[in-house]
Amino acid sequence: MSAALDVSGLTTRFDTRSGSVTAVDNVSFSVEPGRILGLVGESGSGKSVTGFSIMGLVDEPGQVVAGSVTVDGVDLRSLSDDDMRKMRGSRLAMVFQDPMMTLNPVLRIGDQMAMAVRVHRKMPKREALEESRKALDIVGIPSPAERLKAYPHQLSGGMRQRVAIAMALLHRPSVIIADEPTTALDVSIQGQILAEVRRLADDIGTAIVWVTHDLAVVSSLADDICVMYAGRIVERGTAEQVIGNPRHPYTQGLLDSIPARHEPGGHLPQIPGSTPQLSRLPSGCPFRPRCSRATEQCKSEPPSDSRDGQIVLCHHPLEGS
Amino acid sequence: MSQSLLSIDQVSKRFTRKPGLAERLAGRLSGGGEPVVVHALTDVTLEVARGEVLGVVGESGCGKSTLGRVVAGIHAPSDGTVMLDGKPITRDQRGTAEKLTTQVQMIHQDPFASLNPRMKVGETIAEGPRYHKIIPANVVSERVGSLLEQVGLEAAYADRLPHQFSGGQRQRIAIARALAMEPELLVLDEAVASLDVSIQAQVLNLFMDLQRNLGLTALFISHDLSVVRHVCDRVAIMYLGRLVELAPAKDLYERPLHPYTSALFASVPTVGTGKRVFEAIQGEIPSPINPPPGCAFHPRCPQAGPRCRREVPRLAQADDQRTVACHLNDGGVA
Ligand SMILES: Nc1ncnc2c1ncn2[C@@H]1O[C@H](COP(=O)(O)OP(=O)(O)OP(=O)(O)O)[C@@H](O)[C@H]1O
Ligand SMILES: Nc1ncnc2c1ncn2[C@@H]1O[C@H](COP(=O)(O)OP(=O)(O)OP(=O)(O)O)[C@@H](O)[C@H]1O
Ligand code: SF4
Ligand code: SF4
Ligand SMILES: [Mg+2]
Ligand SMILES: [Mg+2]
Repeated sequence: MSAALDVSGLTTRFDTRSGSVTAVDNVSFSVEPGRILGLVGESGSGKSVTGFSIMGLVDEPGQVVAGSVTVDGVDLRSLSDDDMRKMRGSRLAMVFQDPMMTLNPVLRIGDQMAMAVRVHRKMPKREALEESRKALDIVGIPSPAERLKAYPHQLSGGMRQRVAIAMALLHRPSVIIADEPTTALDVSIQGQILAEVRRLADDIGTAIVWVTHDLAVVSSLADDICVMYAGRIVERGTAEQVIGNPRHPYTQGLLDSIPARHEPGGHLPQIPGSTPQLSRLPSGCPFRPRCSRATEQCKSEPPSDSRDGQIVLCHHPLEGS
Repeated sequence: MSQSLLSIDQVSKRFTRKPGLAERLAGRLSGGGEPVVVHALTDVTLEVARGEVLGVVGESGCGKSTLGRVVAGIHAPSDGTVMLDGKPITRDQRGTAEKLTTQVQMIHQDPFASLNPRMKVGETIAEGPRYHKIIPANVVSERVGSLLEQVGLEAAYADRLPHQFSGGQRQRIAIARALAMEPELLVLDEAVASLDVSIQAQVLNLFMDLQRNLGLTALFISHDLSVVRHVCDRVAIMYLGRLVELAPAKDLYERPLHPYTSALFASVPTVGTGKRVFEAIQGEIPSPINPPPGCAFHPRCPQAGPRCRREVPRLAQADDQRTVACHLNDGGVA
């Protein structure tokens, strides 16, 4: 099957007064229809900037400086601003951690959804409201017809996030980029949304990029996983490969440090040091100061992708089993 | 339990506040408009033994932080009593810091917000013990150095400002500041929640080491079930201001008794189980302004019966080590 989303060599730089940082560095992945790709990494690793770069929403002082993004075979970086705007919302949509980035606080849910429908498709408001009601139904909102009359603040956080997802779905986009959409929600509400999202991919065939720092969430939700560190994808493979048989020392370290994988009360294996600042990366491999497998080679040359099944950005990957 | 350090007895905490915009809009329909009462804690009773780590778990708004603040003396309970070592907690009545207990120290989620950005960390650590004359003035700086070393930092860091530290290091500094007060009890409110996974393990290891070496007693508040299982001896599960289950960690995770506890466990994603289906809890978390009658969990409970809608379940002994507030466990739901 051909990919709904294909990202290749994507590189985004921020040129600030204090210097230039490469927040997204040569990132490549693709997502087929109906599949969910989990993009995991710790704070500052470049997940959100990757999402914004795909959407063409990177603002000054940032700039996409290299790479390509194609959606359904259309090269987004060759589009005019106008065509890109049409693409967003119709074939490519984004869901944010804070649903109020999408929702207008002073408009009723129905009015703003109908408006969004009619931006891309000419139809009477009544029909647009019916489309909106269907979208609310798809994301599991009870009594959707009544919710259309509500203002955003009359809904709970979980409901608001569902409405934001429903808005992203209005035009049956091929690709949805979801940036930490359940991070601020309670586990019981998160569970409901994850179940609905899985159903969306399976039933409607939407390709989804799920951005999160939570390994447990991607491990249960995603088909494929990309692990990011300091702007780079350091490991990429199916969820089974990456979780079951991590090859990059950083992925392995992350998985090892999860309490659920150890006897209660025992010492937890920890990754030494702290997450790096992009403006002060070491030479060679950015993970080197924290890596127990580092050698002289890791200091002098940055690792490049080694591919055998899963992709690992490391000079000395762990053995596959 | 004669050796219990902390006794919380039938504590309730209500907040009265002006209705917000959403409530005013809702109120206009029903004709109301009076101040709203938030039932943040209702009739909570529990004991913590000396040297024990008690986990407090539950979803947003269930009253975890309020419980922590009542124990730390920051809020006065509306009803009930909190005793530390057999004596009532001294509490901050009119913002008088001298009256606030020094025996309970709280560590918060965001270490950056709780550290003064313009004060050297050594000063921050020394401030409390100096003010309360807990450490003789001539040994304060020496003590600060040893505290920094105790939490895995260098004594020389005392001269640095908070922004020169990473999130994990700042949380270590917050722990050092709390320890400097030589507290009887630590309240950790989501203390590792804002940390990256790779750093979280460092801070949890530090906490476990200190707890064992110093025999600390702690209330460990967290929404992260796997973290709680790792560091706690017993766990209290809260729902909408009430304690619904209290059990040794091992028993609770192996065999949750309360339907909410089971549902909570079932909806948490875990790493590497290949679990593809989420057994989500149906429905939304109800409002603490208008808690449902009877058992507050009944609108979402798959096992609810008629009794659950009219009668609040009492916290009853399920076996010699655990208590549960559910009619299933106390005569049935019919
Ligand atoms: N407006 C900006 N100006 C300068 N640098 C920026 C800007 N936005 C992002 N960056 C840089 O990009 C890096 C990646 O940021 P990004 O928001 O993508 O991280 P993230 O992985 O989404 O982290 P989090 O989990 O905290 O959301 C940051 O470390 C920062 O250095
Ligand atoms: N000072 C206050 N004034 C009014 N209401 C309050 C106050 N503090 C807490 N509340 C309310 O009491 C309830 C319990 O809040 P609390 O902060 O204890 O919950 P929590 O379990 O710590 O939640 P979270 O996981 O979101 O931190 C909430 O409904 C909250 O809005
Ligand atoms: S390249 Fe070297 S330093 Fe980097 S992760 Fe691999 S072994 Fe470690
Ligand atoms: S008392 Fe009834 S409603 Fe409440 S948890 Fe038990 S069975 Fe469910
Ligand atoms: Mg982000
Ligand atoms: Mg809280």
